[in-house]
Amino acid sequence: MKLQRMNRRALALGALAVSGALALTACGSDDTSSGSGDSSASASTQAGSIDCGDAKNGQLLSDGSSAQKNAIDAWVAQFSKACGVQINYKAGGSGAGVTSFTQGQLAFAGSDSALKPEEVTASKKVCSGGQGIDLPMVGGPIAIGYNLSGVDNLVLDAPTLAKIFDSKITKWNDPAIAKLNPDAKLPDLKIQAFHRSDESGTTDNFTKYLKAVTPDNWKYEGGKAWQADGGQAAAQSSGVAAQVKQTNGAIGYFELSYLGDGVSPVSIDTGAASPVVPSSDSATKAIADAKVVGTGSDLALQLNYATKAEGAYPITLVTYEIVCDKGNKSDTLPATKAFLKYIASEEGQGLLPGLKYAPIPADIIAKVRTTIDGLS
Amino acid sequence: MDITTKNTEAPPPTPQPTEAGSKRAARGATRPGDRIFLGLSRGSGILLLVVMAAIAVFLTYRASLAISEDHGNFLTTFEWNTGVTPPTFGIAVLAYGTVISSIIAMVIAVPVAVAIALFLTHYAPRRLSGPISYVIDLLAAVPSIVYGLWGALILVPNLNGLFGWLNDYFGWTGFFSWEEGAPRSMLTVGILLAIMILPIITNVSREVFRQAPLMHQEAALALGATRWEVIRMSVLPFGRSGVISASMLGLGRALGETMAVATVLSPDFLIHLSLLNPGGGTFAQNIASKFGEANEFGRDALIASGLVLFVITLLVNGAARLIIARRKEYSGANA
Repeated sequence: MKLQRMNRRALALGALAVSGALALTACGSDDTSSGSGDSSASASTQAGSIDCGDAKNGQLLSDGSSAQKNAIDAWVAQFSKACGVQINYKAGGSGAGVTSFTQGQLAFAGSDSALKPEEVTASKKVCSGGQGIDLPMVGGPIAIGYNLSGVDNLVLDAPTLAKIFDSKITKWNDPAIAKLNPDAKLPDLKIQAFHRSDESGTTDNFTKYLKAVTPDNWKYEGGKAWQADGGQAAAQSSGVAAQVKQTNGAIGYFELSYLGDGVSPVSIDTGAASPVVPSSDSATKAIADAKVVGTGSDLALQLNYATKAEGAYPITLVTYEIVCDKGNKSDTLPATKAFLKYIASEEGQGLLPGLKYAPIPADIIAKVRTTIDGLS
Repeated sequence: MDITTKNTEAPPPTPQPTEAGSKRAARGATRPGDRIFLGLSRGSGILLLVVMAAIAVFLTYRASLAISEDHGNFLTTFEWNTGVTPPTFGIAVLAYGTVISSIIAMVIAVPVAVAIALFLTHYAPRRLSGPISYVIDLLAAVPSIVYGLWGALILVPNLNGLFGWLNDYFGWTGFFSWEEGAPRSMLTVGILLAIMILPIITNVSREVFRQAPLMHQEAALALGATRWEVIRMSVLPFGRSGVISASMLGLGRALGETMAVATVLSPDFLIHLSLLNPGGGTFAQNIASKFGEANEFGRDALIASGLVLFVITLLVNGAARLIIARRKEYSGANA
C-alpha cells in the first residue's frame, strides 16, 4: 500500500515535470519565432524577391484541400524563412476548410472546388462588407495509373475510361482497348478499377471530366463521392496508388505526384493529333483553355474538359485559395496578402512543376495578382 | 499486476471479510470521508448521465436537420450522396456491414479468447502464462491505425490463399463465392476486428476464470472428474456471465472501430451476399472517410448515421444486460 502511494507521488511528480517541460518548450518555440526577426533579415535577402510587405511576425491559420498540401508546404517553408510568419495549413479537406472559413476561424482556406452560392452567402457574415472569393493558385494533373505487366504506353480515351470505371469493360483484351492500342499485347486479365473511398475533389474532377466528354457512357451525377457501382475503393490518393501498385491488372486515378515505380500513366486520346501524357506542362495547357466564371473579383474557373488543344491534358483539377475580397481581419491581412502575393508570383508558381503540380497560366495568374493587390 | 495475481491465488475469500466490510461501512456512513466519497461518486454518476443525454440531444438535433432533407429513404437507400442536390443517403449498407463484420469478429474471437483464458488459468505452466498474459495486454495497447496498416500491408496480401480455399469448397453456399480481386472484404474486416478485440475478451475472461471457486474445482476433482470436466462443470458455468460481459466490451470496440476498417475495406454502397467480395461499409468507417470533405449538410447526415450506431450500441448493451441478468442465478457468482 505504502509502495503504491509512493508510486503515485512519483507519477504525479513525473507528470508535472513532463507537462512543465512541454509548457516550457511551447514557450520556447514561440520565442524563437518572434525572436528570429534579426536572422530573418539575412534570410530574406537569401530567399530572393519575396516581398514581406507589412507582414509582421505572427501566425496565420489555414485549412483545406489536401490536394495542394505539398505546394503550400513548399511555399510556407520559403515564405516563413523570409518573413518570419508562421503559416499553419492543416490540410483537413476542402469541406473542413470552407466550413472553418465561413465560421471566421481562418485567414484563408484552400479548396479544390469553387465556393457554392450558399457558401458565398455564409462568407458574407465573416467578411464585413465583402464576400469570399476564389483565387486559382495550383493546378494538378490527375493521372490515370495502371499496372499491367508487359504493356507500356497504354492509350485510352474518355468513353473507354468511363466504361472501365463503370464495370462495362471488364477485361484488358477488350476490343475497345485493343483498338486504341493496336501494338500492345493485351492479356486476357480482369481489370480491377480502383476509386477513392473518401470524398474527394479528385473524384469530383475525374467524374466531371467523364460526364463532360462522354455523357452517354457516364450517367452519374458526379460529386465528391464515388457513385458508380462495382470496382474497388481505397482511402486517399496514396491508398489508391498503393493498391494499383500491389495488383497486376489494376487501374486507378490519383494526383500525378503519387505516380511511382511499377505504375505507369495512361496517355489520353483527346482527339488531338497525338495522345497526351499527364505532366505539369500539359495540365497548364489545359487550364489555359478554361474560362473565368466568377463574378466581380472572384476568379472561379470552368475547365474545358473536352479540350482538343494540342498537348493539353484534360483531366486536371484547380485548387483555390479562398479569402475575403473586403473585410479581412486587420491583424492577419498584411501577412495573408504578402503570402498570396508570393505564391502568385513567378517565383512561387515556379516551384510547382518540381512538385508535379501545374502552374496557373500567365493570363489568369495576372488577374489573380491584380485581385490580391485589391484585397482589404 | 503482481499484487492482484497474489490476491487471486490466495485461498478463496471466506465470508468474514465481506461481513466485516459491511459492518465498517454501516458504522462509517456518517464519517466525513464517506460523505465526501458518496458525493463524489454520486456526482460522477450524474455527470455521466448528463454527458450521455447531451450527446443524444446533439446527435438527434443535427440528425433531424439532415434527415428532413433526405430524398431517399434514410433506412433503406443504398447510396450515400450528400454533396449533390437533391441529396440522397441511407444507412442500410452501413447497418448491415457494421453488424455483419462485428458478428464475424465475435464468432472468431470469443472461442479463441475463452480458449486462451482457460489455457492461461488452468493448463499453462506459471512460467508461460505470465509472458503470454503480458503479450496479450500489449496487443490491447496497439493503436487501431497500426492494426489497419498491418492489415493492409500484411494481412490482405496473404488472404488470397484462404479466400481461394473458401471459394473452392464453400463457394456453392453463395456466402463464400469469390471473384478475383484484392481480398478487402467484410471477412477481412471481421478477421482484423477479431484480432483487435481478442485482448479485452481474453483478459476479462482470464480474471473471471481465475476467480472460479477452488472449492468447487477441488470437489469435482475429488469426485474423479478430469481436468476438462472440472472446467466444464465448475469453471465455465461460474464464468459465463463474465465471459458475456467481456464479449460485450469486445463487441463495443468492434462496432465502433474506425481506422482499421477504413484501411483494409474496399467500401461501396451495395450489399453483397458473399462475405468475400470487396464492398460494404460500416458506420464508423463511412464517417471517417467522408467527414473531411463533407459540407455542413453532409456532416449532419454523417451525424445521423452516428445516431443509428449509438442506438444499435444501446440495443446490444441492453440485450447483453438482459442475458447476464437471466443467467446470474445459474452461475457460480453467488456461490
